[in-house]
Amino acid sequence: MSASMDSKLIPDAATHAGGAGWTALLRHPLVRPLAALALLLLIDFLLVPGFFRLEIKDGHLYGALIDIVNRAAPLMLAALGMTLVIATRGVDISVGAVVAISGAVAAILIGGKMVVVNGVPEYVSNVPMVWALAAAMGAALLCGAWNGVLVAGLGLQPIIATLILMVAGRGLAQLLTDGQIVTVYYKPFFFLGGGYLFGLPFSLYIAVGMFLLLALLMKKTALGLFIESVGINPVASRLAGIRTAALIFFVYMFCSACAGLAGLMIASNIKSADANNAGLLLELDAILAVTLGGTSLAGGKFSLVGSVIGALIIQTLTYTIYSLGVPPEVNMVVKSIVVFLVCLSQSPQFRRMLRMSKS
Amino acid sequence: MTMSVGAQARPMLELSGVHKAFAGVKALTDVGLRLFPGEVHTLMGQNGAGKSTLIKVLTGVHEPDQGKIELDGRAIAPASTLEAQALGISTVYQEVNLCPNLSVAENIFIGRYPKRFGRIDWKSVHAQARLLLQQQLQIDIDVAAQLSSYPLAIQQMVAISRALSVSAKVLILDEPTSSLDEAEVQQLFKVLRRLREQGMAILFVTHFLDQTYEISDRITVLRNGVREGEYLVADLSRLELVNKMVGVTAVDHRKVEAGAEALASGLSADAAEQGEVFLQADGFGRRGVLAPQDLELRRGEVYGLCGLLGSGRTEMARLLFGADRADSGQLRIEGRAVKLNVPRDAIAAGIGFCSEDRKKEGAILELSVRENIILALQARQGLFRVLPRKRQNQIASDYVKWLGIKTADLETPIGLLSGGNQQKALLARWLATDPGMLILDEPTRGIDVRAKQEIMDFVIAMCRKGMAILFISSEIPEVLRCSDRMLVLRDRRACGEYRRGELDEQTVLQVIAGEAA
Amino acid sequence: MMLVSSLRRASHAPWFTSMVTVVLLVIMLLAGAAGYDGFLSPQVMLNLLIDNAFLLVVAIGMSFVILSGGIDLSVGSVLALTTMVAAFLLQHWHWPPLLVMVTVLLMGAGFGAAMGAMIHYFKLQAFIVTLAGMFLARGLCYLISIDSITIDDPFFTAMSQTRIEFAGLFISPSVVIALIVLAVAIWMAHGTRFGRAVYAIGGSESSAMLMGLPVARTKVLVYAFSGFCASVGGLLFSFYMLSGYGLHAQGVELDAIAAVVIGGTLLTGGYGYVAGTLTGVLILGVIQTLIAFDGSLSSWWTKIFIGALLFVFCVAQRIISLGALRGKPAGSAKAAPVGASAGFSKLS
Repeated sequence: MSASMDSKLIPDAATHAGGAGWTALLRHPLVRPLAALALLLLIDFLLVPGFFRLEIKDGHLYGALIDIVNRAAPLMLAALGMTLVIATRGVDISVGAVVAISGAVAAILIGGKMVVVNGVPEYVSNVPMVWALAAAMGAALLCGAWNGVLVAGLGLQPIIATLILMVAGRGLAQLLTDGQIVTVYYKPFFFLGGGYLFGLPFSLYIAVGMFLLLALLMKKTALGLFIESVGINPVASRLAGIRTAALIFFVYMFCSACAGLAGLMIASNIKSADANNAGLLLELDAILAVTLGGTSLAGGKFSLVGSVIGALIIQTLTYTIYSLGVPPEVNMVVKSIVVFLVCLSQSPQFRRMLRMSKS
Repeated sequence: MTMSVGAQARPMLELSGVHKAFAGVKALTDVGLRLFPGEVHTLMGQNGAGKSTLIKVLTGVHEPDQGKIELDGRAIAPASTLEAQALGISTVYQEVNLCPNLSVAENIFIGRYPKRFGRIDWKSVHAQARLLLQQQLQIDIDVAAQLSSYPLAIQQMVAISRALSVSAKVLILDEPTSSLDEAEVQQLFKVLRRLREQGMAILFVTHFLDQTYEISDRITVLRNGVREGEYLVADLSRLELVNKMVGVTAVDHRKVEAGAEALASGLSADAAEQGEVFLQADGFGRRGVLAPQDLELRRGEVYGLCGLLGSGRTEMARLLFGADRADSGQLRIEGRAVKLNVPRDAIAAGIGFCSEDRKKEGAILELSVRENIILALQARQGLFRVLPRKRQNQIASDYVKWLGIKTADLETPIGLLSGGNQQKALLARWLATDPGMLILDEPTRGIDVRAKQEIMDFVIAMCRKGMAILFISSEIPEVLRCSDRMLVLRDRRACGEYRRGELDEQTVLQVIAGEAA
Repeated sequence: MMLVSSLRRASHAPWFTSMVTVVLLVIMLLAGAAGYDGFLSPQVMLNLLIDNAFLLVVAIGMSFVILSGGIDLSVGSVLALTTMVAAFLLQHWHWPPLLVMVTVLLMGAGFGAAMGAMIHYFKLQAFIVTLAGMFLARGLCYLISIDSITIDDPFFTAMSQTRIEFAGLFISPSVVIALIVLAVAIWMAHGTRFGRAVYAIGGSESSAMLMGLPVARTKVLVYAFSGFCASVGGLLFSFYMLSGYGLHAQGVELDAIAAVVIGGTLLTGGYGYVAGTLTGVLILGVIQTLIAFDGSLSSWWTKIFIGALLFVFCVAQRIISLGALRGKPAGSAKAAPVGASAGFSKLS
C-alpha cells in the first residue's frame, strides 16, 4: 500500500538523471529534515553542557532530550493531523482554538473537588475522568466536523472556513472558562501529559501511538493513496471514482481530533486549562513542522515521519535557544525566517532565479 | 460599401515562412498567412494542426524560430500580448478574458480612463463606452452594469469593443462561437460583417463548418503544422475543405491497408449482432452541449464516434460517464434504469472512461505507474478492502507486459513516462476494473504508430471477449477501421449511424461535410 | 413571489452584501436602543469611533488586500511593532516625534512591500507569507523589548488627551485621522487607476494581465498599503495606549478580516466597497458595546458573535456565488470540484 511514511522518491526534473546507491540516498526527501535536526543536536552538543546527559530521577528518565520530547508531543500530534489536511491541498488554522476548547472542557468537567476520605483530603473529579475525556474529544470532533462541512460540503476555501473557528472557537473556550485559568486537581489527569511509563514520558507514548495508528491506517487501507491522489489531482481523482468529498471531510475531523488530544495533553501538563494562551500559535508551528518535514503546501505526497521530525526540529530549536541564553523572543523571528526559507525553496520561480544567477 | 474580396493588393497582416518547434517537435513548418483588410479570414484545422501555436506567434506569446511577420507593410516582432495589442493586433478569446466583476464601461476603458482633476471621470467613461458600443456594434446596453450580469454573447461584444477602442487593425477571434446559441451567433456575425465593411482585417478561428461557410471570405487550412492552402471560400467546397483538414495522404493509405489486413483475421463481422445490449440511451443529451440522442451499445462491439473537433464527441462521452449531468433522456444499463450523477455511479455500473486530456483528467503525475494503474480498481473496492501489494504488482506488471508500457519499473512516477506510455497506463487503469463498457476518448493521440497499433489491438481483443467499447478519435481512418458501428457527429448533433463497411474515407467525409454522396 | 424574485435579482448586484450590512447595523442599533437606556446616545456612538479608530484604519488596508484577492495576516503584529519601534525611538533615542512617525510609516510600508514582492514574484501563497510575517513582526517586537515602554513624549500625550469638541460632544484626533484615511481610500478605490486595477486583479488576475494592467506593481503596492495602514493604526493605538508593547493588538488581524467580510467584501476578491468596511467596524464595535451594556454576558461572547457573523456572511457569499454559477452555461469554469482550487489558489 502507499505507505507514504516510507517516503518514496519525489520526482524532481533535475534529479531524474538517477544514480544508484549514495546519490539516490542523498536525494531521499527525509535527508534535509534529518540533517537540520542533526545540525541542531550538534550545536547543542557543542554549546550546551550536559545536553545529552540522561539520568534517572524520581523513577523516570530525566534530561534535556526527555524534556524536548515531552514538550514536542502535542506538536507532533497537531503536525500529524495537519499533514493529512495539507496533503489534500487544504489548511487548518483552527487547531489552536480546538486545543483551547478541549482543554477547557476537560478541565471543567474534571476540576477536582476536595473530599475527605478516611481523614485524608483527596481530590475527586466532578465527572468520571473517562467521560470528561470523551466529552473533550467529542467537542474536538465536532469542531472537525464543522470544518469538514464548510470545506467539503460548501466548498469554502480552507483558510476561510477554518478562520471562522479560529475566531469563534477561542471565544468559546474563554466563555467556558470565563477567561480564568481553571485548575485541575485530580491527580490521574496529570498522568496524561506529565506522567511517565517505563521511564519515558507518557505523552510520548500517545504521540507515538497516534503515529503508529496512522501508519497502520496507511498500510492497511487505501487512505494514503487516496489522500495523495486527491491532493495531486482532484479532478482526475474524482473521475477515477474516489469519494473526494468524504475524504476531505474525514481529514478535517482527524486534524481536529489530533488537536483535541494535544489539548488534553497540554492541559494535563500545566495542570489547568488556560483558554487565553493554550495552543496559541500552535497552527503556525504545526504548518511549519509539516513543511519542514518535506510535505508541500500545494498538497500531494506527504510524509508522516517528516512531520514528526519537523516537530522535533521546532522543539529542539526552542530548547536550544532557551539553553543558549538567547532571549526566547528570538524563537519567533527564527521560526518566521525558517518558514520564508522553506517556502522559497519550494517555489519554482525562486529556484529558477537561483539557477539563472548561477549561470 | 463592401470591399470586394481580393481587391486589396496588400495584406494588412502577413506571415511568411514561419517555423516553430517545441523541444524538438515541430509545431509549425513553413507556415504563411495573409489577412486582407475588409475580409473575414477563417483559420481551420484539427487538433494538433498548429492553429493555437500560430495565434500565439501572431500575438507575441511565442517567438517564431524562423519567419517574418509584417503588419501594414512593416516588419514586427511582438514579444508579448501587450506589444501586439499596442501594434494593433487584438485578440478576443473564447473565455472572453475580461474582469467579470467590473462594469462593461470599465472593461472597455480600464488602464486608459479619461481623467478630471486627477480623478477618473466616470461620466465620461460611461458616455464614451455607450457611444462606442452603439456606433461600432449597434448594441445599446447599460454600460454601468457588471459584466457578469450579461450573457457570454454580450461579453464577447464588449471584448470586441475593447479591442476596437485600442485601435486594432487586425482582430483575431479565437473560437468565439463555441458557447453561443444560434441567435447569439447571428448577432456576432452581424457585428463582424459591419466591421468587415469598415475595413477591419478579421481572423476567425473555428471548427464549425456551417459557420465557416456563412461568414468567411477566405479560408486557410492547417494540418500537422503545415499550411494545406489558402482558398477563397467560393472556390472551396465543403467536401474539399474537410478532405484538406483530415484527408489521408498517400503514405497513410498504405499503412491503413496494412493495418486493416492485420486486423481482418481478428475481426468477425457477426460479433456485433451477437452481443447483448449493455447500454441503451433514449433522447439523451444536455442543452447547449449535445442534442438529444438515442444510442445502443452492445457487448463485444466497438462503437465509434466520428466527427470533427468540437462536434460533440467528448461531450457525449462525459455525459455517458456522469462527468457531466444530462438534462434530458433516459439511460438503461443492462436493462436497469440508472441515473449517472457522478463518475462513481458510472463506475459502479461498470463503465470506464479514458479521458482525452490525460494530463488534467487522467494521470496523477507524482504517483507511481503501479498506483495509477490500480487507482480506479482500488477506488471501487473502497477504503478498507486494500489490494494486497503482491496483487497490485501482479496487475500492474501484467498490463505493463500486455500493453508494452515502457517504464524503468513499476514505482517510477508516471509523470516521467512518455505521453504514449502514460496513455497506456491510464488505459490499464480502466481495463483493470473489468468494465462492461469502456469509453476511449482519443486513446491514441500523440502516440507513435507502433504504440497505437499495440493499444488498438489490445482494445479490440478485450472487446471481443465481451466488453462494449465506445471509441472516439479524430483520426477518421482509425475510427473506420476499428468500429463495428459508427455514429457521425457534426456541430453537436448526430448526422447518421452506419455499420462497418457502409462508409469509406471519402463517403464519411461527405457525411461530415454535409454534402450528399 | 415578486419579493423573492426581486430579492434574488438584487442579490446579484454588487452592493447587495454591503446594503445587508447597513441594514444589520441599523437593526442592531435599534435593538440596543430598545434594550438598554442611553445606548443610542450620540456620545456612545462617537465612542464607538474613538475606541475603534485604529481598527478602522487597519481594516481599510485589509480591504484593499482582500479586494485584490489576497489576505494579510500580519497587520496586528505590524501594528504592535509600530508601537514598540515608536516608543523605543521616542523614549530611548529621543528622536523628534515627527521623524519617528515618518520612520514607522516607512517601515510598515516597506514590510508590506517585501511580503507583496514575495507573494507575487515567487508565487508564494499569501496566507503563509503573511503568517510568517506576523511571527516575524511580533518576534522583532519582543527583541526590542519584552516589557512595555511607556511613552511620555509631549506630542503623543497631547494626541492622546486632546478632545475635539463640538455640539456638546467630543471625539479624539484619531477619529479625524481615521476618517481622513477612509476618505482617501474611497477616492483611491473608485477614482484612481490603482484602485481599479486592484478590483480587476481580484476579479481575474489572468485577464488583468492580458488587458495590460500593471499587475506586479499593483500587488506589491496593495500589500505596502496594508502595511502602511497597519502602521498608521499602530500610531493611533500608541496615542490611545501611550505605550509600545509586544502584546498589543493580539488578534487584530482577525478583527480586521471580520470587519471587511461583514462589511460586504467577498473574501475571494473583486467585489465589495471600502465604505462597507466602516459599517463592518461599527458592527464589531456595536457588538462589543451591546455586550458591555448588557453586563450579564461576559466579553468572550464578542468573539463568538463575531465568529458567528463571519460564518453567516461567508456562507451567504458562497451560496450567492454558487447560485450565480448555476445560471451560467454548461462547462463554465469556476464550479470547481471539492478541494480542487479550494486550497490557496485565490490567496496568492
